[in-house]
Amino acid sequence: MEADTMQSVAPVQIVQPREAPIRADRETVFETRGLTVSYGKSPAVSDVDLSVYRNLVTAIIGPSGCGKSTFLRSLNRLNDLVPSARVEGEVLYHDQDIYGEGVDPVEVRRRIGMVFQRPNPFPKSIFDNVAWGLRVLGLKDDLHGRVERALSQAALWDEVKDRLKKGALGLSGGQQQRLCIARALAVEPDVILLDEPASALDPIATSKIEDLIHELKNDYTLVIVTHNMQQAARVADMTAFFTLERTGAGGHGVLVEYDETQKIFTQPADKRTEGYVTGRFG
Amino acid sequence: MAVDAGRFSLALSRRTKRRKLVNLLMQALATLAALGAVAVLALVIFSVARRGASALSWSFFTKTAATFGLSGGGVANALVGSLVIVACAAAMAVPVGIMIALYVSEFAPPRVADLARLVLDVLNGLPSIIIGIFVFGLLVVGSGQSGLKGSFALSIIMLPLVARATQEVLALVPGHLREGALALGASRWRTVLGVVLPTSLGGILTGTVLAVARAAGETAPLLFTSSIAANAVTWDPRQPLLTIPVDIFSLSESSLPADHARAWALALVLLTFILLTSLAARALLQRSRRRLEG
Repeated sequence: MEADTMQSVAPVQIVQPREAPIRADRETVFETRGLTVSYGKSPAVSDVDLSVYRNLVTAIIGPSGCGKSTFLRSLNRLNDLVPSARVEGEVLYHDQDIYGEGVDPVEVRRRIGMVFQRPNPFPKSIFDNVAWGLRVLGLKDDLHGRVERALSQAALWDEVKDRLKKGALGLSGGQQQRLCIARALAVEPDVILLDEPASALDPIATSKIEDLIHELKNDYTLVIVTHNMQQAARVADMTAFFTLERTGAGGHGVLVEYDETQKIFTQPADKRTEGYVTGRFG
Repeated sequence: MAVDAGRFSLALSRRTKRRKLVNLLMQALATLAALGAVAVLALVIFSVARRGASALSWSFFTKTAATFGLSGGGVANALVGSLVIVACAAAMAVPVGIMIALYVSEFAPPRVADLARLVLDVLNGLPSIIIGIFVFGLLVVGSGQSGLKGSFALSIIMLPLVARATQEVLALVPGHLREGALALGASRWRTVLGVVLPTSLGGILTGTVLAVARAAGETAPLLFTSSIAANAVTWDPRQPLLTIPVDIFSLSESSLPADHARAWALALVLLTFILLTSLAARALLQRSRRRLEG
């Protein structure tokens, strides 16, 4: 980590403590209202009201099974692929309900890119991995330039520029994940959703991804799910804490607290948040 | 209490001896059964090769059957006929088989997919003579035989093989690849075309090769649809064409010993073709499995 981002605030380090509230005057990209996602009859995450602000990194943290990933995947309608998944409530993207009538999920996903937990490059060449989405969406002018820009943005260009025609599966895990980020960036989305993007990577690859997230927020809005609290503290401006609320036999995820990252980690308003961030979570 | 001397003895007791014997016996029987299967295949190959090899010659492959009473002649028309009919059958069955597999694994709701798989398995189990008589009644009665009608009958036999083999490889394509493509804003069909199908190409090829091997050896459907052919090499599938299995059948019915030798030789050709294609199919499948799982 770079020295200027090191700030000792117990119990974890915070990126940049600020005076003014960071969300002031910021455009809202996402606003969920009473969002409930169920698989079959049991809700996985229930009644979430949360706003995501432009050009900020928003982290979603919480214990396993609290519905973080489900929530994230409802933001680009990837849950549509699960036949039993049902969504209630609203997800407003720049004031349009993405689950509204006449909204095509393909159009939603084109604007809201996603990077997954396990690097999932296509079994194609490095170049074709990035170019595939461009070809599909018809962004074929200056294909080579677009691929190069995307790979540079993902801080991968220098490592792969001499072997663009080689298979992507020959790259290391960290490189594969940056390739997947480049692939998502190439189609010029507005938002990037990251679902535990570093959980399958070693610490060095992880820190590269985190540096990249810092860079990317100048141009994009990012939402990152992570089970690693230090990571949330390092990369996120805003942090949402989800937890599992037990009901009878099962349970469902709920949003407990959403605030600036510094606040969540130093002066959480809710006892449950405090318990989780200080490691006293039961 | 005194320690029983025999209690901790590791020497073989009578009971253990008997158990060892039974174990050995069963192991030997199982091995023998497995060897039996290998022996049957070896015997078939050996006897076909021994009787057929002598009739193999250049003119066997290049000439049509000799006029009655003359020596020499070959089976060129049967070889060409089989090639044309099986190629046409593959052209009909492979695209449809792949589409069926795509429907089952990518688009159908789970229950419908299960049903479709069952239907394909039943279709695969249908005796080929039933398919032959079905196509005979449907297409041949009233208008006569042709190579294409034979191809149609063979394509019904190939269809479930291609569809099932393809569908099994499609099921191996990891879900996160599909998600990766969809998350870029690709439609379902573009995802299938650009990511799922190329990844499973090896399996599709395997299914096709296996189906070709199977269809090349089918006799019954062709007896009904393409067996009364002129004794000349023709590439036109609108004519009835002689094929390898039908020719083996008719040569072996002949009264001439030279024809019997030709039947054996033709059987050897067919056997070699099927063995080679089956081995190639296995190798292809191994390769694509490794690529998907590795």
